[in-house]
Amino acid sequence: MIAHFVEDEGVPTAGISLVRPHTETIKPPRALWVPFEMGRPMGPPNDTAFQMRVLLALLKLLEAKEGPLLEDFPEDEPEMAGEMTVLACPVNFARDTSESGETDALLASFRREMTAMRPWYDMAVSRRQRTTVGVSGIDLETLVDFIYAFAGDTEPGNPRDDIPLANTLKLAVEDLRSYYIEGITAQPGQEGASSQVLNDWFWDETVAGKVLLAVKKACEASPDKMMSMMGAHFLVPHHVADRQQG
Amino acid sequence: MVRLENMNEAEREMLMRLPCPTFETRPWVSGPPLSQRRIAIITTAGLHLRNDRPFQLDPSDFYRVIPGDVQANDLVMSHISAGFDRTGYQRDWNVVFPLDRLRELAAEGTIGSLADFHYSISSAPRQPAEFETPVREVTRLLMKDNVNAVLLFPV
Repeated sequence: MIAHFVEDEGVPTAGISLVRPHTETIKPPRALWVPFEMGRPMGPPNDTAFQMRVLLALLKLLEAKEGPLLEDFPEDEPEMAGEMTVLACPVNFARDTSESGETDALLASFRREMTAMRPWYDMAVSRRQRTTVGVSGIDLETLVDFIYAFAGDTEPGNPRDDIPLANTLKLAVEDLRSYYIEGITAQPGQEGASSQVLNDWFWDETVAGKVLLAVKKACEASPDKMMSMMGAHFLVPHHVADRQQG
Repeated sequence: MVRLENMNEAEREMLMRLPCPTFETRPWVSGPPLSQRRIAIITTAGLHLRNDRPFQLDPSDFYRVIPGDVQANDLVMSHISAGFDRTGYQRDWNVVFPLDRLRELAAEGTIGSLADFHYSISSAPRQPAEFETPVREVTRLLMKDNVNAVLLFPV
């Protein structure tokens, strides 16, 4: 759809297609369908050679004489290493917090888990010279308490004045997930873990995942329309929420 | 893995319900060989500079500008969807924004050059009609940048 207007305005386009039936309907000038999951138009992370093949196949479409053109990229994403490895955080996150003296056991576990992930997150940032954490603008020290507050009875104040609280929460949730995924994939042998392994770990094994499911539930019940919409659709992937209920 | 047959039914149905326009015309513009192309990226991943305003559901606030000399750590993502994989992007920005690969191709001369500015929009949830005016506006900016090929990367 973007391609149509760009080309109509006078600039040649070539686009990746993830959902082939959409592309078949829209008929953009030049499209390369790729059999990768949503969110990965170029395929696997850190596989330079594979990404280059995708990119060259896309660029080649620009040399075609006529269209519209919809080609299929012939390769599936390679099976990622570490698929069978059981991911483990560096500490045991059993929700036994009897020693901590905290009245709220889940919050205490959540804090401990965040802290325990920190060396791996720092390692990830140092290795990659990059982090995707930070979009919320909330620092890591405050993130846990900010997010956790939504699972309780009182919403926290909005630390930002440029976006609604529900949006700040959404960005904080993505920062939290980024922190965990960047950290765990810095552990030995996990750089190439598949999205499924990582997501199963995050949602089924971590305290953070449990907290986010509780936050989702609380937000859904909010009288604030924006907040309830955020809770219903945008904090937790639908398939994860369905799985938990089922 | 976006083979539709591999998705669960709910995800597949949601995708199929997304608004999907059809067009009467089939615009087609030719260009020079790849080695003379000046290339810009348009991404719908909701990427932007770390200090830029996050994307919101405001149809009049359509795009963010990504400078050509951007580095991986400069970008963050504020797409509202929870429905696509981010674990690839979290490890390697080239999964959604292959600027390193394009820089390599420009350095070896396979493509001519890269634009001074790339553009990012957040794809969801928008009505198709909201796209036309801002996309045409962005295209005119790209033409001033002498861009003669646009690569589109959805999420």
